[in-house]
Amino acid sequence: MSTTYTDKEIMALAAGRLVGNGDILFAGTGLSMLAATVAKRVHAPQAVVFFETGGIDPNLDELPLAVADPRVMTGTCMNSGLIDAFSLLIHRRLRTIAFLGAAQIDPYGNINSTCLGDYQKPRVRFPGCGGACDAMSQAFGVIIFMQQEKKRFVEKVDYISSPGWLTGGDARAKAGFKRGGPFAVVTNQGVMRFHEQTKRMYLHEYYPGVSPQAIADNCGFALDVSQAREGQAPSEVELKILREEVDPCRLILGPLPA
Amino acid sequence: MTTCAKLMDKLMSPEEAVRRFIKDGDMIALGGFTVNRNPMVIGREIIRQGRKDLHLVMHSHGQAMDLLVGAGCVARLELAYGGTGRFAPTGIRFRKAVQSGQVKVEDYSNFHMSLRFLAGSLNLPYIPCRSGFESDVLQQWGFGPELRGSGKIPRDKAIIGQNPFTQEDDPVVLLPALNPDVALVHAQYVGDDGTVRIKGLTFLDVEQAKSADRVIVTCEEIVPAHTLREDPDQNTLPPFLIDAVVHAPYGAHPTACHYFYDYDPRHLNYYRAVAGDDDGFHHYLDEWVYALDSQEAYLTKVGAADLINIKANTKVGFAPGLDRR
Repeated sequence: MSTTYTDKEIMALAAGRLVGNGDILFAGTGLSMLAATVAKRVHAPQAVVFFETGGIDPNLDELPLAVADPRVMTGTCMNSGLIDAFSLLIHRRLRTIAFLGAAQIDPYGNINSTCLGDYQKPRVRFPGCGGACDAMSQAFGVIIFMQQEKKRFVEKVDYISSPGWLTGGDARAKAGFKRGGPFAVVTNQGVMRFHEQTKRMYLHEYYPGVSPQAIADNCGFALDVSQAREGQAPSEVELKILREEVDPCRLILGPLPA
Repeated sequence: MTTCAKLMDKLMSPEEAVRRFIKDGDMIALGGFTVNRNPMVIGREIIRQGRKDLHLVMHSHGQAMDLLVGAGCVARLELAYGGTGRFAPTGIRFRKAVQSGQVKVEDYSNFHMSLRFLAGSLNLPYIPCRSGFESDVLQQWGFGPELRGSGKIPRDKAIIGQNPFTQEDDPVVLLPALNPDVALVHAQYVGDDGTVRIKGLTFLDVEQAKSADRVIVTCEEIVPAHTLREDPDQNTLPPFLIDAVVHAPYGAHPTACHYFYDYDPRHLNYYRAVAGDDDGFHHYLDEWVYALDSQEAYLTKVGAADLINIKANTKVGFAPGLDRR
C-alpha cells in the first residue's frame, strides 16, 4: 500500500477504532470530534455523540470547532445544558466513553491541562480541566490523545487536572471513584494501554513504519514495549470518509500529506 | 402604548445597566460558553466604565472573559476552562494575566462549577459530587488565606466528606454554593413583560441567573409577551427574576447566537492575531471598545458584509458553509 496519511488522520482513526457500536461518546474539541464522528460513520452507526454543553446526538453535518459551536445544537435528539449533559456522562447505566487531550501525562494516565510550573505562579498557563476532570472521574472509560514527546510523557505531571489511575493498583477505587479511568492513550506513533493489575502504561500497538523503540525513546518514563504489535494502517475507506465526509475543509485535520 | 410599556423601568441602555447594577469588586457570572452567547455588549460597557477588581465566576469561558481580563477589570476568577476552542485553545489575555500574576485563579471542573451554581440557585450551602478526588483541582488552592473566608469566598475551596447515609467508606467532594452579585445573560428573545427565551443550548444560564442577586439580560429581540406565552414550554426564565433588559441586536458578536448568527471567524482570527501583543491588544480595545459608545456604532464598524456572512440559516441555526478557517 502506498497510501499516505498524516499524524492527525491516523490518530483520529486509531481512536475511532476503539469505539464500540452503541457507545455513548463524550467529545471535546479537535481530534476527539473527528474520532467520534468518523467512528460513527465507519463502523459504529449506533454510537451517540454528545457534548458537555448539552447538545445530545447532533447530526454533525458540519464539523464543530468548539463544544459550544452552534453545530452541536442542530439535528439533536434534544438540546439541554451542562447539568443534563453531565447527568449522561456519569450515568450508571450508560457506557460513556470520553475523548480527552492534555499537555502532560504520567505512567498512570493522570493528565495535566492546567499549567506548567508552580500552580501559584505558572510558567505556562493552559485553559484548565474543563469537563475532562469529570470525564476521568466518572465516565465509563476514557481515551486520551497525546503527541508522543518526552516532555509530554513525564514521570510526574506538574498538575493533575484530571485523575487517571492515580498511583496505580487499586489507588483509584480507594480514592472514591466507582468506575472509569483511562483505557487507551492514542499518539501520533502508537496506542498505549494500562496493565490490568498495576495500571501502569505499556505500548500496545505501534503504527506501520514506527519502531517500538522509537516510541520508548519519545517517552519520558520507562515504557514496557514487550507486548507491542504492529497496528493497521488506515484503510482507503476510513481515509475517504474522514477526508470527504467528516472534515472536508480540513479545519482540524490541517494540510494533506505531502 | 409602546410595545415595551410593560418593561418600563427594566428596559435600559447598556450604560444604565452597568452603572446601576455592577460595581467595583462585584462577583459576576458570565453566561454563554466559549464561542457562544457571550454577553459582549455588557462586557464592553463594563470596560468603558472602568470597573475594577471584578471577580468572575463561570464554567468554560471565552471571549467576554478574555476581553474583561485583558482590559484590567478583573482581579479574581473561578473557572474550569479559559479559551475559545480552535480560535484560542487558551484565552490569550487570560494566559498572560495568570502568568504575570495580574489575576488570581481558582480552578474547578465544569461539573463542579455547574453544581456550585445549581446549589446557589436552590439556596443550598453546599453540594456533594464525585469528581476530582486526589486531583490538584481540589488539592491546590489558587486563592490564599488573604482572600478565603471573606465576602463571598468560602473558607474552603472544597472538602472531602463521607456519605452520611451509609456505614461504608464512601467519600464525596463537598463544593461550596455560588451566589454571584450579578449574572449576565444574552438571550434571543425577551417578552415585553420580561420573560426570557433562550434558543439552542441553555448551557448553565438558568442556574447562573437563579443563583445571582441581580440579573442583566441582553437580547436580540424584544417581542410581545403573548407570543412567548403561546408556547411557554420554550421559555427559560420568568420576568420577575430579571432586573435589567437591554435590547442588543448582535449582542453576542463575535460569538454565536443560535438562529440569529454564527460566530465570526474573521473577527476571532483577527483578535487572535493582535491580542497576544500588549500594544496590539490595547489598540484593539481603543478601536473596538473605547471608540464605540453604542452597539449601533459597533455594528457599523463590523460592517454589513461580515454580518451577512455570519447570518444564521433559520432552519439549522448557524451559517452553513461559512468559511471558518
